[in-house]
Amino acid sequence: MSALAPNLLAFGRVLRRAGLPVGSAESLSAAEALSHVPLTDRAAFRAALRATMIHRRDHFEVFDAAFDLFWRNPDTPVRAAGPEDAPPEAAPPAARRAAEAMPGANPPATPAGEPERREDAALTVSDRERLNRLDFEAMSAEELAEAKREIRRLTLPLAERPTRRFRPDPSGPRADLRATIRASMRLGGEIARIERRRRVTRPPPLVLLCDVSGSMARYAQILLHFMHAVENDRARVHSFVFGTRLTNVTRALRNRDPEVAFQAVSHILPDWSGGTRIGEALDRFNRRWARRVLGQGAVVLLITDGLDRGGAEGLSEAAERLRHSCRRLIWLNPLLRYQGFQPRAAGIRALLPHVHEHRQVHNLNSLRALVATLSGAKIKDTGRRDGRPA
Amino acid sequence: MADFPPRDVAATQALLEAGGYVADAALATTVHLALAMGRPLLLEGEPGTGKTEIAKVLAAQLPRRLVRLQCHDGMDLASAAYEWNHARQLMAIRLAETAHEADRSALERGLYDRRFLEPRPLLQAIEGSPALLLIDELDRADEPFEAFLLEVLADFQITVPELGTIRAQTPPVVVVTSNRTREVHDAIRRRCLYHWVDYPNAARERAILARRAPEVPAALSAQVVAFAQELRNGDAFFKPPGVAETVDWARALTALDRRELEPAAAEATLGVLLKYQDDIARLRGAELARRVEEAREAAG
Repeated sequence: MSALAPNLLAFGRVLRRAGLPVGSAESLSAAEALSHVPLTDRAAFRAALRATMIHRRDHFEVFDAAFDLFWRNPDTPVRAAGPEDAPPEAAPPAARRAAEAMPGANPPATPAGEPERREDAALTVSDRERLNRLDFEAMSAEELAEAKREIRRLTLPLAERPTRRFRPDPSGPRADLRATIRASMRLGGEIARIERRRRVTRPPPLVLLCDVSGSMARYAQILLHFMHAVENDRARVHSFVFGTRLTNVTRALRNRDPEVAFQAVSHILPDWSGGTRIGEALDRFNRRWARRVLGQGAVVLLITDGLDRGGAEGLSEAAERLRHSCRRLIWLNPLLRYQGFQPRAAGIRALLPHVHEHRQVHNLNSLRALVATLSGAKIKDTGRRDGRPA
Repeated sequence: MADFPPRDVAATQALLEAGGYVADAALATTVHLALAMGRPLLLEGEPGTGKTEIAKVLAAQLPRRLVRLQCHDGMDLASAAYEWNHARQLMAIRLAETAHEADRSALERGLYDRRFLEPRPLLQAIEGSPALLLIDELDRADEPFEAFLLEVLADFQITVPELGTIRAQTPPVVVVTSNRTREVHDAIRRRCLYHWVDYPNAARERAILARRAPEVPAALSAQVVAFAQELRNGDAFFKPPGVAETVDWARALTALDRRELEPAAAEATLGVLLKYQDDIARLRGAELARRVEEAREAAG
């Protein structure tokens, strides 16, 4: 066990460097777990580490890749754990790597930084798809400051939903018996007044689906600012961008600093300014994410011009499904600002019957206009799902 | 009575097996660790992969009293942990008045007596040890409830402000399940051992089918499993069938006196297997006949 502990810690560091949230608590749990499984059983060994160090399904692939690299020699943990049969000078490869992965070493510069390098390779399978990386260096400090100012004024026109929680409120509609009895204690059991409470309401979860393909590219900067602001402004916001593929950028955008957040987005975004396949992107969203993020009366903001390269194939079906799985589907369309806008493109015609609301975004080139549009008159939330585009 | 915790992974696997649950090695290891380390077990996976069943089987085999908390939106303390019985408290106040008990502190002590506390599932599991606490579909509860759960999951205790902290004599075995309709918070995840319950492979699914529906003929069972396994391949279907659906379908076909899978009966009972109209529509007709044929070949 004693020889195994450094390896475990090193493995924890490798996982951490691979971007997984693994701390010392996880390594300690793993060490404890290993005392309960036979170390000769590689499958059990892997399962024990995975159960204790990983907390979500999305991290399995990276974990498995790291596990195979790190514990490459199936005998390593066994020999390391054995008290006598492991000669101290014949250090297992894992121990050498542990030394290399020490925090002092500069990862990119380490010539023998084999584990990390390979780890990176495993992490960035879709590297080649990043043909066009975003360049946000052009963003001036002034623009950023203005963006922040505008965002503070942002109130999304979404009716709050009642929850099943209550807060004390002297003029609330319901009696709060627990508080009443507590208050009566001060008067020796005399109930002088009835304490009251009121239902807590809160905004519904929000899902942003944003088109960043070729025809929308010029709005991209402002849209990302918008998404970043909304993401950091309130809880329960999930952000996705799509062109030909759908990418979840929620975690990247959670970073408070917009520069860092956009950097992170440009790193995970595979297809900036490519073609659009809205139907496929929505279908992908329906399959992979809808069940996970559309609970509890979520509202979906779909930001796209509806111009679809794929000839709107499957768009109608996907949009209909999306509409049925969320509370409100709101389409923000920058094209709608033109006088005499006619829904002629196949994509627009496929999408239009399925959205609850079709809102124009007067001028997406400025965040101010977007915020003003969205903060407009509160939408009456009737709870009906048969709303038609305005 | 079985050992607690089971001696090793093999013993845990045997325990689950005895209860009719066919677990793979990774799941058996994780369950064993949860029992041995006294940590909650967080099971995530698609609906119908048998997450809840694990808890039921464990409770029956250990054996432990199963306390089930079915989560829902806006679940609060009153429905999950405990509730003061206000009616009885008011009664106590009036009794005290008629008896002219002027001593306030005595009244307060009397009013917040354990007698007036109505235990709900969480408190039941803590008090009524040894228990197995199943927190089912945690993703349906909201975030404030998760925050409250942290104390329960970390220390197996519940703090009632008026009464003090109630600790479990024997820590309950805790199983938490989630269908991922919402991401469970990291703080909960870190306190649990995590396992992703995947769809079983064909051999394991046949074993599960034999356990859960022994009346199904072997040939039909193999074909149904081959058919369901093929549906889960690729991305063609919005909601591929879970194990529970496979079992139901095999039972349905058996109830219709089928000894083997054939297109007409399959089409008539498709609603048992698939629960979305688009998926069913996609499978109708020639596509179904082709898939049935393939399943029959695959099953030999």
